[in-house]
Amino acid sequence: MLHIVNKSPQDRNTLDSCLRVAQAGGTVLLIEDGVYAVVKGNAAESKLKAALGKFKVCALAPDVDARGIADRVMDGVTLVDYAGFVDLVAENKNCQSWL
Amino acid sequence: MAMCEVNGKTFETDEEGYLANITDWNEDIGAYLAQTENLPLTEQHWEVVNFLREYYNEFQIAPAVRVLTKAIGKKLGPEKGNSQYLYELFPYGPAKQACKIAGLPKPTGCI
Amino acid sequence: MSEEGVVKKFMFVNRKAPYGTIYALESLEVVLISAAFDQDVSLAFLDDGVFQLKKGQQTKGIENKNFSPTYRALDGYDIEKLYVEKEALDARGLTEDDLLVDVTVMSSAELGKLMEEQDVVLSF
Repeated sequence: MLHIVNKSPQDRNTLDSCLRVAQAGGTVLLIEDGVYAVVKGNAAESKLKAALGKFKVCALAPDVDARGIADRVMDGVTLVDYAGFVDLVAENKNCQSWL
Repeated sequence: MAMCEVNGKTFETDEEGYLANITDWNEDIGAYLAQTENLPLTEQHWEVVNFLREYYNEFQIAPAVRVLTKAIGKKLGPEKGNSQYLYELFPYGPAKQACKIAGLPKPTGCI
Repeated sequence: MSEEGVVKKFMFVNRKAPYGTIYALESLEVVLISAAFDQDVSLAFLDDGVFQLKKGQQTKGIENKNFSPTYRALDGYDIEKLYVEKEALDARGLTEDDLLVDVTVMSSAELGKLMEEQDVVLSF
């Protein structure tokens, strides 16, 4: 199952909620302000590191680039483009957006 | 939107003739709304209209026809809890006509 | 419907408090409409979404419609699967007794498992 998070972890608890509920083996895709969670040294880094062991963690590259954080992405995070986003939606059985 | 007056009480209806403000409703207005549908009201009609008002007071929505039918059957008996009975009373549909006469908004999920 | 007889599992995931945003009311309206299609519908309440089911809501003062009584109509629409996240209740000082409808309380993990089993998840 695909879980999409679009809120900054410093602004909202959306990422926490997602990681609390999501089942191991699923995919977490960070988009929009959600991509701030992948920055090395950010306050949510340890949470995201733990998540990397449980889920496939992806971030939408255009959103990462737009925010000037492309050179600070944590190891283990997979960057995807828009076509990759569509592939993720297509290859997962269902999808929850953590609005 | 239109302003109407019945027995000295003014009230507003929307473009489809539904009562704009449910708290304006009284039996005279119900009878007036029935007239706009060319529907003479019998005791059986009032039974359904009053049921709808009670349902709305309890749940704050107008029920879908299927739900109304089932609930009427529970309360007034199976001979009334079927769509044939309700459509005989309200030929253009209990949702459209009975809700309108009861002063309720159009049911959510009404088809 | 073109796929007559196909019943899919739909879960509505509610995570927002009732009056601060329109999400809760919008979700409830879609839920009521979905009942017309005879599908396997369930509702999940997580995070602030549990506040939607809090007893005793009085909205006169904020001039909003109080739609909380409508959750009690869901049973009549044959929507009987209401799941509430225990962690969300705990974090907000609430228990099952504070809720205005009968629900099944379950852990985040159990809820996550149920979510995986759905054909369609609608997020609010």
